[in-house]
Amino acid sequence: MCLAVPMKVIRVEKDEGLVELGGVRRKVNMGLLDDIKVGEYVIVHAGFAIQKMEEKEAEETLSIFREMEA
Amino acid sequence: MKYIEEFRNPVLIKKIIKKTNKMLEDYGKPIQLMEVCGTHTVAISRSGLRKLFHPLKLLSGPGCPVCVTPNHYMDKAIAYSRRKEVIITTFGDMMRVPGSTSSLERERAEGRDVRVVYSALDALQVARDNPGKKVIFLGVGFETTTPTVALTIKIAKRENLKNFFVYSGHKLIPPAMEALLEDSEVSIDGFICPGHVSTIIGSLPYEFIPHRYNIPCVITGFEPLDVAEGIAMLVEQIVNGKKPAVQIQYARSVKREGNKKAVSIMQEVFSVEQSNWRGVGTIPLSGLKIGEEYSRFDSERNIQVEVEPTKENQACICGDILRGVKSPPDCKLFRRGCTPEQPVGACMVSSEGTCAAYFKYEG
Ligand code: SF4
Repeated sequence: MCLAVPMKVIRVEKDEGLVELGGVRRKVNMGLLDDIKVGEYVIVHAGFAIQKMEEKEAEETLSIFREMEA
Repeated sequence: MKYIEEFRNPVLIKKIIKKTNKMLEDYGKPIQLMEVCGTHTVAISRSGLRKLFHPLKLLSGPGCPVCVTPNHYMDKAIAYSRRKEVIITTFGDMMRVPGSTSSLERERAEGRDVRVVYSALDALQVARDNPGKKVIFLGVGFETTTPTVALTIKIAKRENLKNFFVYSGHKLIPPAMEALLEDSEVSIDGFICPGHVSTIIGSLPYEFIPHRYNIPCVITGFEPLDVAEGIAMLVEQIVNGKKPAVQIQYARSVKREGNKKAVSIMQEVFSVEQSNWRGVGTIPLSGLKIGEEYSRFDSERNIQVEVEPTKENQACICGDILRGVKSPPDCKLFRRGCTPEQPVGACMVSSEGTCAAYFKYEG
């Protein structure tokens, strides 16, 4: 039940956001976060954005993996 | 799909498994790790990871919110649904969970108004659309879900909605982990900590585990590569024999301090109390009830119902499975008499239940 996925922010208006994943768009409530900008990724759970996804950290984890691949 | 597919690379997963198995072999002693999140249970079962590390056992803990919700809660929800003026709104997983003598699905078939929603906000909409009815949302879930319900209650207050109520069965994960560590039947060498619960609460609330119990924790994401890496990090901590710690594998979502805004909204609306967990029993300070300030949204304080006496199904060992003492194949009814189509216990009903995950993926 704690399933949540990273979705890209397309639009924000006060506490309302429009997010997208794989071409599917969905309205989410942004009231649990501050200062989210268009183009950022948020983790979405049960109709709410629950956290901003940190692209820097994501890239770091991926780069550790890529090194292992080499 | 960005930030999903990159974390599914099978070549890398194999490398991690190989490296980890080498460590395990050199260590020589078998290790038991526990995941305390239903989403991890499913991810591990589906990816086959449970069988690929050895000698290592992956136990599933009390991480499925629907599964740990006790019969009494279901019975009360069913009693509410029988009131003419009530509409029950709930996450879909709750529909087929058996109570003592009925289920919400059965009540709906009998004509009660029970509606499945995707979000607590949808329940709020049902309340706006039905001013003549009392709309009760079944608030079930851990720290991932609770802030979404808390914020929904705040919105109801702002709109001065008089017919929206929450029946809170919300629970907190760290106290349940502590209860397992205090249980002499349970033996755990490391915890795979839940990624999205921790997205909200951060890593601090787990720190008592390495400090007091000398057991490592790794907060892990949900893609197969995340889970494999999380297991590798735990094994590394165990075999290197240094002071264990809480590590964050899922750094793209989890910060040490968590989501402070979400936590403060949760604390504003709810107050911490003891709570009853299926299989584990009553755990102090592990549940959330609606606090004084928001009491008019609390179904328990505002709508009285008679609840039938609780009956447990004696053959179901769901409780032992939730504590990681037994596995689904240990149950006499598993696959014979208990299936996802004809579930006997909660662990077979919820898609995140350990029995359902084993049934589907670990034949
Ligand atoms: S298989 Fe069914 S009866 Fe057995 S423990 Fe799981 S849910 Fe209960």
